Amino acid sequence: MSDLESTSEGGTALLDPPDHFDDLFASERLDPARPLTASRQLRRRQIFSRAMESTQTAAALLAVAMLAFVVYSVASRGASVLSFEFLTAGPPAIEETAGGGIGPMIVGTATLVGIATVIAMPIGILAALYMTEFASRRAARLLRMVLDLLFGVPSIVLALFVFELIVAGKSESGFAGSFALAIIMLPLVARASQETLLLVPQGLRDAAAALGVSHWRALRGVVLPSALGGIITGTVLALARAAGESAPLIILSAVFSRTVNFNIFSEATPNIPVYIYKASTAANPYGWARAWGAAFVLLLFILIVNIGARALHARGRRKMAR
Amino acid sequence: MSTEVTDAPSTPRQRVRIQTGEREDLGAREPANGTAPALAGAGQAKPAARETIFDVRDISVSYGASTAIAGVSLKVPRHLITALIGPSGCGKSTFLRCLNRMNDTVPGFGLTGQILYHGNDLYAPRVDPVEVRRRIGMVFQRPNPLPKSIYDNVAWAPRNLGMKANLDERVERALRGAALWEEVKDRLKQSAFGLSGGQQQRLCIARAIAIEPDVLLLDEPASALDPIATASIEELMLNLKHRFTIVIVTHNMQQAARIADRTAFFSLEVSAGKRTGALVEYDETSTIFTRPKDPRTGDYVTGRFG
Ligand SMILES: Nc1ncnc2c1ncn2[C@@H]1O[C@H](COP(=O)(O)OP(=O)(O)OP(=O)(O)O)[C@@H](O)[C@H]1O
Ligand SMILES: [Mg+2]
Repeated sequence: MSDLESTSEGGTALLDPPDHFDDLFASERLDPARPLTASRQLRRRQIFSRAMESTQTAAALLAVAMLAFVVYSVASRGASVLSFEFLTAGPPAIEETAGGGIGPMIVGTATLVGIATVIAMPIGILAALYMTEFASRRAARLLRMVLDLLFGVPSIVLALFVFELIVAGKSESGFAGSFALAIIMLPLVARASQETLLLVPQGLRDAAAALGVSHWRALRGVVLPSALGGIITGTVLALARAAGESAPLIILSAVFSRTVNFNIFSEATPNIPVYIYKASTAANPYGWARAWGAAFVLLLFILIVNIGARALHARGRRKMAR
Repeated sequence: MSTEVTDAPSTPRQRVRIQTGEREDLGAREPANGTAPALAGAGQAKPAARETIFDVRDISVSYGASTAIAGVSLKVPRHLITALIGPSGCGKSTFLRCLNRMNDTVPGFGLTGQILYHGNDLYAPRVDPVEVRRRIGMVFQRPNPLPKSIYDNVAWAPRNLGMKANLDERVERALRGAALWEEVKDRLKQSAFGLSGGQQQRLCIARAIAIEPDVLLLDEPASALDPIATASIEELMLNLKHRFTIVIVTHNMQQAARIADRTAFFSLEVSAGKRTGALVEYDETSTIFTRPKDPRTGDYVTGRFG
């Protein structure tokens, strides 16, 4: 004991509580021998927590019911239209007839979203790398805020901006639409990538750094590969979001023909959201049926992509956690 | 408080030289262009005075406003094992990470004083930390294999450093050097995460020696391992010291006593409510454990403190 005191001055205060310690907390002291049934206070708390639990469960069920209802109502009207012809053929020459399909719109939406991804993914990943690996804390915070603000900009506003930038004085174009979709995707890709990069364990970075390998090579060889799963998931989710965006395309890529075209720089690209908008607002029941079919196709695509991406992500997490 | 150790066997003449502050023939035996020494030089007869690899001169390290270690000076001689011991939080890891600039990226890190490595200031403005770490390897407390195959864990750094010739041979030699080859030679393509903790740690050592560094820094490499894995790592250290200069942090007194040639005892000094790590004593391991000059060292190594 004398040894201890001589080596650590000030450490004794912790060892000896003041004498009145016992009296101070006497009323709160536990009697360990009391029967192990819940006290009245504990019972009250339990009732409250059960009430909260049921409210929360009800809210959760409501959300699930909402989704189920939307899927059901779209499926019940759209599924009957679905056929090989519907997925491949173009709309009929005379809109007021049955049959035909949305083939060119499916191809067009894939093209628009594909180009948007090609633009947004590298920029998003590089921005995320900058934020996590190179930027000062302040710069990283600032960029993160900018991306969050960009995410919050209404897509119709972005559409007007792109219209001024690319379309005004020229014609509508698929590229203009893709460009707007890319702006919508960028913050999603960047933030998802950033979050996954932050999850890469420090031990891994240390391992690479301690081997005398340059920062960029360590990023490319170790950090990026272990974050790749999350980055791809984030990109795919962003892509699914962009596939359903309609406001920008109504402004930037709406006046399209009934056939597939890849002249993205000079012509509007047919796409599903605008087709749904046009067909459902015209006074034509045959068009309405095709609109429901198109809505069902879009919904299916987005659901499948979302579920697939999340499953992939969960697998990646498990792999990383090992 | 700082302590310097003369090189054994010490002669009065050497003592005088050190007291006058003269450095021991540094530069003369500096490896050409700073590359790692050839492996062939290993088993030579013990030179009378060992070359100093690290000459740490009165360094203090702070993280933000708090000082982690203050006023540490010591010399690390070539091809010996130097152990760093002391209570938790006294700055052993901090000190070790200063030796290969692993602290550079820690926010708020600040260093005063000088660390000479083969006579060159490690923290001089034009020194590239990546080049420093290429020569001074490090093994961490928790095994941290890369998410790659066993083979690629060892081959990754040589590949990136342009040492692509005879890569298979290099990998095998590194794994043999880390006493792991026999256990993994049939599963080189499998994930490194499938190895046991002790095997993973030896893989990390293999990875570090594959690029033939000059110095190996180990931060409690055996703390998460069972006695058998620990014993194999200790044996490994004793073999590796013929090729590398080793600095090892350990919480295990017996381990330090078993493997280290020199031992540095760090302690926490409390003054004005601030706790700062300081070097208390640095000497031959046998001296530290049997005839320490400072009573605090004696208390610590005999288990009466910390
Ligand atoms: N990255 C960091 N940022 C801020 N403070 C740090 C950091 N790393 C270490 N410290 C502080 O520096 C002091 C020394 O820590 P260090 O990890 O070097 O101790 P240690 O001797 O290695 O302890 P242990 O034996 O527990 O590993 C501690 O007070 C610690 O809180
Ligand atoms: Mg430590």
